[in-house]
Amino acid sequence: MNIVTPKKVLTISIFLSLLLILVILISITIGSVKVPPLRSIRILFQSILGLRGAGSDTERTIILSLRLPRAILAGLVGAGLSVSGAAFQALLRNPLADPYLLGVSSGAAVGAIIAILLGLGTFSLGLPLASFLGALLTILVVFYFGRQDGKIRPNTLLLAGVITGSFLSALIMFFISVSQREELHTIIFWLMGDFSFSSPRAILIIFPYILLGVFLLYLRSRHLNLILSGEENAVQLGVDVEKLKLLSYLLASLITAASVSACGLIGFVGLIIPHSVRLIFGPDHRLLIPSAALLGASFLIASDTLARTLLAPVELPVGVITAALGGPFFIYLLRTRKVIKTL
Amino acid sequence: MIEVNSISFRYYEDWVLQEVSFRVEKGEFVGVIGPNGSGKTTLLKILYRLLAPQQGEILFELVPLKKMNRADIAKRIAVVAQETHLLFPFTVLETVLMGRSPYLGDSMFESEKDLEIAKRAMEWTQILPFSERPMDELSGGERKRVFIARALAQEPEVILLDEPTANLDIHHQIDFLDLILTLNRERGLTIIMASHDMNMASEFCDRLILLQGGRIYKTGPPGEVITRENIESVYGCQVWIDQHPISGMPRISLMKKGGH
Repeated sequence: MNIVTPKKVLTISIFLSLLLILVILISITIGSVKVPPLRSIRILFQSILGLRGAGSDTERTIILSLRLPRAILAGLVGAGLSVSGAAFQALLRNPLADPYLLGVSSGAAVGAIIAILLGLGTFSLGLPLASFLGALLTILVVFYFGRQDGKIRPNTLLLAGVITGSFLSALIMFFISVSQREELHTIIFWLMGDFSFSSPRAILIIFPYILLGVFLLYLRSRHLNLILSGEENAVQLGVDVEKLKLLSYLLASLITAASVSACGLIGFVGLIIPHSVRLIFGPDHRLLIPSAALLGASFLIASDTLARTLLAPVELPVGVITAALGGPFFIYLLRTRKVIKTL
Repeated sequence: MIEVNSISFRYYEDWVLQEVSFRVEKGEFVGVIGPNGSGKTTLLKILYRLLAPQQGEILFELVPLKKMNRADIAKRIAVVAQETHLLFPFTVLETVLMGRSPYLGDSMFESEKDLEIAKRAMEWTQILPFSERPMDELSGGERKRVFIARALAQEPEVILLDEPTANLDIHHQIDFLDLILTLNRERGLTIIMASHDMNMASEFCDRLILLQGGRIYKTGPPGEVITRENIESVYGCQVWIDQHPISGMPRISLMKKGGH
């Protein structure tokens, strides 16, 4: 009997969690400063147990204060983008929907660019706070204009999002055209998605939003299954659709805002991870959401590890890696597994 | 069982339904017929409260429909609508299990009992052999039976059908309506069906409601509703009506404009 049961969700989640732990361990041992794998792992576990012994002070700093927080940050963002992408695809019933469709990311970008231009970029939490604020303001604007008689209509909301987004893009281009050379570099890296200038303390800002957002969306996963076949279909099966839509859109937008504010615009994750998981495990959100979260986390940590090591000591923006890996992988999935019929 | 008291509804300026009143008794098989735009689909959508009428009210076993929450409505009224879209297709079993949704409340997963009910519904509709197939690999007739099974899994008292036989061939039309008739006769399920196919409605329904421009033009047993005067007046075209040679129900034959 091939249906989603708690046991199946648990088994797959445990397996994907082990994969995630493995990816984290690999990512903290790789880098421009060589720390032998066993020693890095020993440093990590001893610090978890409150001991210190292994490794030099420098090595401990590199692993515990640089690589580990960065891996956690990348993991949170990867999980957030994957889950919000899956939710947007269900709510808009559009396989091409991604977390950036409603303009939230452009709002975050405007916030970030203003922070960079004001010189707040060097202040440790200035950048993520400013972009989170920009994203939240955008959510308010889009939801204000995207509702008709108090109801969310997907097409109206989508149009409001796209139009708000393009207006904000004009602002972004304006800021870029008037900015100085050194700011320009920061801005462009931010727009391509980059963890190198994000502070580990950003974890504290985005952690609650992403964790709570993903959890609350997961509670609605059974109803997201029903809305996949249309809103009328969900009503016929007893779902309070307006409440479901409002909450889910807001949660997905909030998760996006938190993710983007930590590291800029990382493309592709919100699109390919949900689709890959659907192709492997099926469309049921009760399995899709936890799997996408765990797999998205692993994927982004791996991508970021590549981004900082591939051309070391030069760091690439992680968005370059996600697109370069994600594109071909997705094409491969489409060709070898069952093709998504509507694409 | 269902009492519709003088309801009027409009989407925008123009009334789509005006002062519509009727009753449906438990165990009845009622057909709603009428030309395009006469309000058939809108009426069905009001009956399960997808839409709320601006005037009048609907009582379900003496309880106003607007006082019932969505899950309570879905436990008593199941809907088999026209094609739903299958963006990321679920399997047959997963689709039928969705019929248990109104009973699940806050719990995220179906119980053994839900699975049992879904399986029985699939047995009834004879779709058990392909329970693991994805919905988009089924034929139109098979898909219809899956949605009937899903409706049965809701354990409803009423099933609303919107153009259930559109785009089915005659063999599958008969199969489908025979299944509905069995549910109606043997399980006492109340059926309300909107249809364009008046011959089918005449053959299967106990009673018909003929709509014209959002108002009830005539209601009664098929023999009283499907008459030459009524049909020509509502549809504005010439028809020939005689009796079905076997069942004796009224039968409509279409005529060319030029006449014979």
